[in-house]
Amino acid sequence: MEVFLQQLINGITLGSIYGLIAIGYTMVFGIIGMVNFAHGDVFMVSAFIAVITFLIVTTWLGIGSIALALFICLIAAMVLTSIWNWTIERVAYRPLRGSFRLAPLISAIGMSIFLSNFVQVAQGPRNKPVTPMLTDVITLIRSDIYSVTISYKQIMIWAVTAVLLMGFWYLVQKTPLGRAQRACEQDRKMASLLGIDVDRTISLTFVMGAALAAVAGVMYMVYYGVVSFSDGFTPGVKAFTAAVLGGIGSLPGAVIGGLLIGLIEVFWSAYFTIDYKDVAAFSILVVVLIFMPQGILGKPEVEKV
Amino acid sequence: MTEPLLAVRGVETYYGNIIALKGVDMDVHEGEIVTLIGANGAGKSTLMMTIFGSPRARTGRITYAGVDITKMPTHEIARLRIAQSPEGRRIFPRMTVMENLQMGAAIDDFAHVDEDLDKVFALFPRLKERIAQRGGTLSGGEQQMLAIARALMSRPKMLLLDEPSLGLAPLVVKGIFDAIRELNRTEGLTVFLVEQNAFHALKLAHRGYVMVNGVVTMSGTGRELLASPEVRAAYLEGGHH
Repeated sequence: MEVFLQQLINGITLGSIYGLIAIGYTMVFGIIGMVNFAHGDVFMVSAFIAVITFLIVTTWLGIGSIALALFICLIAAMVLTSIWNWTIERVAYRPLRGSFRLAPLISAIGMSIFLSNFVQVAQGPRNKPVTPMLTDVITLIRSDIYSVTISYKQIMIWAVTAVLLMGFWYLVQKTPLGRAQRACEQDRKMASLLGIDVDRTISLTFVMGAALAAVAGVMYMVYYGVVSFSDGFTPGVKAFTAAVLGGIGSLPGAVIGGLLIGLIEVFWSAYFTIDYKDVAAFSILVVVLIFMPQGILGKPEVEKV
Repeated sequence: MTEPLLAVRGVETYYGNIIALKGVDMDVHEGEIVTLIGANGAGKSTLMMTIFGSPRARTGRITYAGVDITKMPTHEIARLRIAQSPEGRRIFPRMTVMENLQMGAAIDDFAHVDEDLDKVFALFPRLKERIAQRGGTLSGGEQQMLAIARALMSRPKMLLLDEPSLGLAPLVVKGIFDAIRELNRTEGLTVFLVEQNAFHALKLAHRGYVMVNGVVTMSGTGRELLASPEVRAAYLEGGHH
């Protein structure tokens, strides 16, 4: 029981990070029908931006407050990663719009390789550690054999994720910007007939996806305390799995899928073997694609044509 | 003769290598109701969409209110206050009726949504009952009303209607055509109407064009076309007289 509870806490934390990345996949797929394979690497870039910002803020500027430093990291990572992703869309995807379907996909794979290589060359191939932070824990169940704890950083990850997801949900559901975004997702041509600048809306989608991936990047840095140029691939593909599991195109689906993948991975590691945790996650992808290709929340209602 | 509000000159449109419009000339003057009739596949809807630059005219020239819009991006054309209720209605299926209507007012940043809602609900009371329902769950007729109402929400100077009578009960069609006539008379709304229902369309319109295989073959006032033997033979026989 104690082990179960502890793994539940760990799994939700990891799942929050996957969910944040998964939203970027699902939104881009929803609006232009493309799997943005570079999204995992955008997340990795954001983690690097977070590490660099953190070092600048704490070492050079000498800001002692961890909370303030992380807040600055979060803002810097969100802004800079958004600019990155906006540029990627302009350079690598927009010129290929209207081309054959595989073209932007191939371009995305190329962009993924470019990003990880660029970071490898610019930042070096070694892991970049940051000083451990928010390491204090709250003991929930005290026991001689196995105590259940939740760390401050886990609480922070939950809280930041929850607040940002609510803000994001409000943005998409209630604001004119979100309305235009959903309209483009459902019928791009009609949206343009109504005066919506579809290209601009697609750019904004990439910006939103990148901002959430950047939140995930900061959380990742805090949680693991180390980032590497190759960190884009595995979390990226897992987040993609989460998006497919939740039903690609569905925003709540991405969050649910992310949480499920996080939980599956953590429980698998705890109860079976940690060596096969990635295999477990990707087996889910295969099983979902075969038996439930629309995912948990994919396209719920029958539409009249 | 004043400058037409919408002028189409020698427009050719292709789908890939297949030619759909073979040099179309057409005018719509301010305050007019003009109809374009023709059989299935004649190119009527293609012309509607070509006016909006999607697909784009390969040759020829389209001007609206004196502005050359042939190469203008689609969303900028819409911002000149031409609205379209397109072929297939194109309702946003996973948005509510309310949200669909709000999208109609997107070019004005949703500024006058509330007052205009009352207007379109007066026109189509049915939509008010459905306000919180998703567009995709409406019946065909309701979707048609929603498509027209959405187009009106942008306060258009000119309204393009693609087969508004399609799939609707005769009484509803009459309601819609009455509404168009009313908007034209009281607000001076210019209307360009594509119809297969030639009888009603020609009765409503001031002028009409007949399109066959991507070419305009005849034009005249609504009355002239209704009286023309060719039009009667091709589009009106078997219909109501």
